[in-house]
Amino acid sequence: MSSKKNKEALLTPLGLNNPVTVQVLGICSALAVTAKLMPAIVMGISVTIITALSNVVISCLRKTIPLRIRIIVQLVVVAALVTIVSEVLKAFAYDISVQLSVYVGLIITNCILMGRLEAFAMQNEPWPSFLDGIGNGLGYAKILIIVAFFRELFGSGTLFGVNILNYDCVANAGYVNNGLMLMPPMALIIVACIIWWQRAHNKDLQQK
Amino acid sequence: MNALRNFLDNVKPKFQEGGKFAKFRSTFGAFETFLFTPNETNKCGVHVRDAVDLKRTMIVVVLALVPALLFGMYNTGYQHFRMTGELADVTFWQIFFKGFLAVLPIIVVSYVVGLAIEFASAQMRGHEVNEGFLVSGMLIPLVMPADVPLWMVGVATAFAVIFGKEVYGGTGMNFWNPALLARVFLFFAYPTKMSGETAWYYNYSSEVAVDGFSGATPLAQANAGHYTDFCDAFFGLIPGSIGETSAVAILIGAFILLYTGVASWKTMISVFVGGIAMGWLFNQIGSADNAMAQLPWYNHLVYGGFCFGAVFMATDPVTSARTEGGKFIYGFLIGAMAIVIRVLNPGFPEGMMLAILLMNTFAPLIDHFFVQANINRRKKRVTIKA
Repeated sequence: MSSKKNKEALLTPLGLNNPVTVQVLGICSALAVTAKLMPAIVMGISVTIITALSNVVISCLRKTIPLRIRIIVQLVVVAALVTIVSEVLKAFAYDISVQLSVYVGLIITNCILMGRLEAFAMQNEPWPSFLDGIGNGLGYAKILIIVAFFRELFGSGTLFGVNILNYDCVANAGYVNNGLMLMPPMALIIVACIIWWQRAHNKDLQQK
Repeated sequence: MNALRNFLDNVKPKFQEGGKFAKFRSTFGAFETFLFTPNETNKCGVHVRDAVDLKRTMIVVVLALVPALLFGMYNTGYQHFRMTGELADVTFWQIFFKGFLAVLPIIVVSYVVGLAIEFASAQMRGHEVNEGFLVSGMLIPLVMPADVPLWMVGVATAFAVIFGKEVYGGTGMNFWNPALLARVFLFFAYPTKMSGETAWYYNYSSEVAVDGFSGATPLAQANAGHYTDFCDAFFGLIPGSIGETSAVAILIGAFILLYTGVASWKTMISVFVGGIAMGWLFNQIGSADNAMAQLPWYNHLVYGGFCFGAVFMATDPVTSARTEGGKFIYGFLIGAMAIVIRVLNPGFPEGMMLAILLMNTFAPLIDHFFVQANINRRKKRVTIKA
């Protein structure tokens, strides 16, 4: 149950094999939903749940799925899960589902999901696939949260909507919130900085 | 001079391989080559070197910027006293000194932050310190509004040098103009400090503006249908970024650049041609309701940053197109795009900055097609003979 291989499936996506910073997948939603922390966390959790469950389902079916139509089968499974998550969000966290708008639906096209289904779930048992899904989802969520932290703090001066920097004394000292932080390009630059930092600290990741 | 040379020769061993300060080799090299032409030669192959190296080239550009800088200082003071309504009571030197006080800190911040990052990154990689920032450090203050907070200049300079230049490998590798990148960063990050009616006046918030004072730039006024006189804008006692207002001062700089051959006349001329063509076109076909479209084409050239961008930014040899034919297309599109953005997007009264950055991005593509066309032409010649 917790062999070395399973541990690897769970833990490497958080660091050395991070889907966003190393494989550079799922960038589009990382740009779109990270202007505030709360939606970023919800998005991270949603992707984690969907990746884990779809990995399990596909892994269970992997021997019966005809190879030629596997993408269609994978899409059907993912679409069903995404719809469930989207409905749950609308029912219990309406404000956030409004903020996330189409991006919950677009999880269907998230490259991380299809990538894990193709690369892992199609070849592995359900339990390792589940761990792999959790690991990749959390790896994705981790980057989203880091990016959203900086974007919300310096862009709006708040965290989770709680005022951090918007006080008169700060404004009188000449501080102004950085509007560029709220725009998508800055998410790219922050992701780039994380990749930069990570490669600088891991010799294995440096390209020859 | 000799004493200085002797001093450098004395301390030099300490900075060479195995010396006490070998780590700071590139810092030492930067100062030494700044003062004297280096005497190092290549060890292999034939290299034809011009006496004018990169440092000397950069200094020519900085010299060409001096007229715009001095006029910018005077104009900053002039606009400040126009705001406070004291223009009649102050002398020329008081005006100039006020502007000097406003502009000098911006220059200092830009150079200190930029050079610190340049030196640190050269040090970290063991490169020589490159001199590209000598020009960028002067361009950055000239494209700032006079009342910009200093820390913003610092942040923008750091952003431009790190993300515009160092991540691509330093001077000569960047494909966006670093000074414009600094400006575009501030423009989108802190729009209230970079545009509008108050940003152009030094100490606007702490001093009371005179009654009935209107601070809009000629471009903003043109948007509202009021056209500033061509001659006023040409001489440049108008609100605007520090160095961009006076076409006269910029043209002196252009003359220096062209006379010494540092900037390409092809790029410069074609930017103006592009601007004139597009401005004229809008005069003919633009809607009568759009005041910017009806702005006479010659006014476009002297309003805002058009002149400054054409002379100092578009001609940057690193970020512009490098093929001779490509320069015409590159320049023409900059001029044309700048007018298109001005006329069709009321959100951006100034289009020059965005137009140049856009064409910077496309310059390698333009070059690619010109090089490819050349290759194809020669290939044809070969097959015919064979």
